[in-house]
Amino acid sequence: MAASDAGRHPQNVGCRTLSLSAHVGFDSLPDQLLRKSIKHGFCFNILCIGETGIGKSALMSSLFNTNFEDSPSTHFLSSVRLRAQTCELQESNVLLKLTVVKTVGFGDQVNKVDTYQPIVDYIDAQFEAYLEEELKVIRSLFSYHDTRIHVCLYFISPTGRSLKTIDLLTLRSLDSKVNIIPVIGKADSISKAELQEFKKKIMSELVSNGIRIYQFPTDDETVSEINTITNGYLPFAVVGSMEKVKIGNKMVRARQYPWGVVKVENESHCDTIKLRRMLCTNMEDLKEKTRAYYELYRRCRLEKLGCRDIGPENKPVSLQEVIEAKRLEFCLEMERKEEEIKQRFLQRVNEKAAMLEEAEQQASMPVCLVSVF
Amino acid sequence: MFKGPVESKNEATMSELVPEPRQKPVVPMKPMGINTSLLGYIGIDTIIEQMRKKTMKTGFDFNIMVVGQSGLGKSTLVNTLFKSQVSRKSSGWNREEKIPKTVEIKAIGHVIEEGGVKMKLTVIDTPGFGDQINNENCWEPIEKYINEQYEKFLKEEVNIARKKRIPDTRVHCCLYFISPTGHSLRPLDLEFMKHLSKVVNIIPVIAKADTMTLEEKTEFKQRVRKELEVNGIEFYPQKEFDEDLEDKTENDKIRQESMPFAVVGSDKEYQVNGKRVLGRKTPWGIIEVENLNHCEFALLRDFVIRTHLQDLKEVTHNIHYETYRAKRLNGNGGLPPMTVETEENHESNL
Repeated sequence: MAASDAGRHPQNVGCRTLSLSAHVGFDSLPDQLLRKSIKHGFCFNILCIGETGIGKSALMSSLFNTNFEDSPSTHFLSSVRLRAQTCELQESNVLLKLTVVKTVGFGDQVNKVDTYQPIVDYIDAQFEAYLEEELKVIRSLFSYHDTRIHVCLYFISPTGRSLKTIDLLTLRSLDSKVNIIPVIGKADSISKAELQEFKKKIMSELVSNGIRIYQFPTDDETVSEINTITNGYLPFAVVGSMEKVKIGNKMVRARQYPWGVVKVENESHCDTIKLRRMLCTNMEDLKEKTRAYYELYRRCRLEKLGCRDIGPENKPVSLQEVIEAKRLEFCLEMERKEEEIKQRFLQRVNEKAAMLEEAEQQASMPVCLVSVF
Repeated sequence: MFKGPVESKNEATMSELVPEPRQKPVVPMKPMGINTSLLGYIGIDTIIEQMRKKTMKTGFDFNIMVVGQSGLGKSTLVNTLFKSQVSRKSSGWNREEKIPKTVEIKAIGHVIEEGGVKMKLTVIDTPGFGDQINNENCWEPIEKYINEQYEKFLKEEVNIARKKRIPDTRVHCCLYFISPTGHSLRPLDLEFMKHLSKVVNIIPVIAKADTMTLEEKTEFKQRVRKELEVNGIEFYPQKEFDEDLEDKTENDKIRQESMPFAVVGSDKEYQVNGKRVLGRKTPWGIIEVENLNHCEFALLRDFVIRTHLQDLKEVTHNIHYETYRAKRLNGNGGLPPMTVETEENHESNL
């Protein structure tokens, strides 16, 4: 990273590159930045999509050594819901606020036409919340808790055959909104040989259906080799376990069968550790790509509201002017509604007054009759 | 501001078979001290390395402005700070050149690199400040320039299709040079700092500190601090932006003892005790710039560059820029006035 490269950087056109005659000290800048980030803490949001019982909670518990268990859900929910859980993890001096959002009732309905819609709506809602905060006049983006989904783990059923239609439908609706990492759940029910075939089939189906999944970045020399190899392991065949089994003198996460023990953290048994490693070492990149998805959402949303960068005569239109116009529209609408409600209220009052008068008249009559007797 | 899970639309018709909690905070992981076996390590602390790599790749921007009457050694000081010829000294006005009628703003950008860290440094000079006969409102062009940079950034931020990284030309730090009169601050100093301390981070420095003895220096500094306090001028680091106790104690010490830094600048080297040092040679001795016994240049350098550079940028972005933005979006500034009176003031919350 020579200084001359920086000189050629598009933003630095017109700047001279200077050489320093002695140590200035701004090489501590990354440390200063990191110190602040560590103080502020990090956050990461994972979305798990998969059928009921495919092992989402077990996998999350295994990945992060934290209990993400919740009450077992029924198969009889009328539509898909999402459940979010947050926990704080600390490792050396890094504090991570991890949020895991799981689908509940995915794939259980008889008619699966709109199964994916609640999921898409949820992702959009997080983008919308961030956009709202960003557009506020007085905002606090610095302390805003970012709830945008950084990665989506899509659980594929271990049928050993191919992807289901619902998988393709859901993935296609999500691939332009979130980073998708496909995983094969309960992978200990497939044999090694079948697994290879299954993985190949899945990947080719994804490609032929034009579904974009997250590729681990290969542009940085230090990690490109590892990442290229890992990209070849997609989709990850994972096994999760809430229980620990005593092996030797240690307690390890594993699933105990009569014919043996499947160790979650053993790389020859399953890809859980690979998934964990890849998630952790690419967190920044996942967040970066999420920002790009957010920008796309923001652009579509603002365009839908009628905002443009270039106005009718090809002159740049400021967003503020559009916001002002919309605000004016909104105020006028509010005034109109207020007027309407006032009118209705007056009408009701008059009606009620007339009713009471009539009732009074009627009530006063029997008194006269009584007095006669 | 946590959005709960999405609920189905048919909730009213279908009875709940399973109780539906909205959010369940989970028991946090056991602290590292207890479970340190390999099983316990997840790897989330690698995020630090990832961030470091990312920031090294993108590089940093830093914009520093120097304000003060001519002849106070501004250019020399900036050159000494960044150990290179970032600022060309104005060699005084030639007879052919006219003294500028107003304050000029000259911004020159450089790219410097150290230890793999690339920095685009912009030094903004303000020749003509305080040099006229009538110096009323000579801070206005400076305030205008600073606000223009905020405006530029705001325009980029409000675009529909935004750049991935918005170029940052906002002034992160303004070094204000105080004349070493030994008495007190001049009215011009107070006026400038009063107007600008709300808009930008101001770091006052006492220039040409080699004209004062140690006692005079301490007295002058105390008096300056007192005057700034009396006039309600909050210089950087501002008390209200201390994030936690650690920051507060560190910054309190700087605010109450060290600032304003009494500095001497030089770009010439001399031999002292077998070492080559930057200094000023006088008949009565060599003033070593980086010697803490001689002047406080090293303190200023460490403060601005080695410890608080990132913080200067963050205060500019999170506080000064946000203040400008809020004023701009609320105050209708620059837009044609709306003809209809609105009853309430809605926040632009789309």
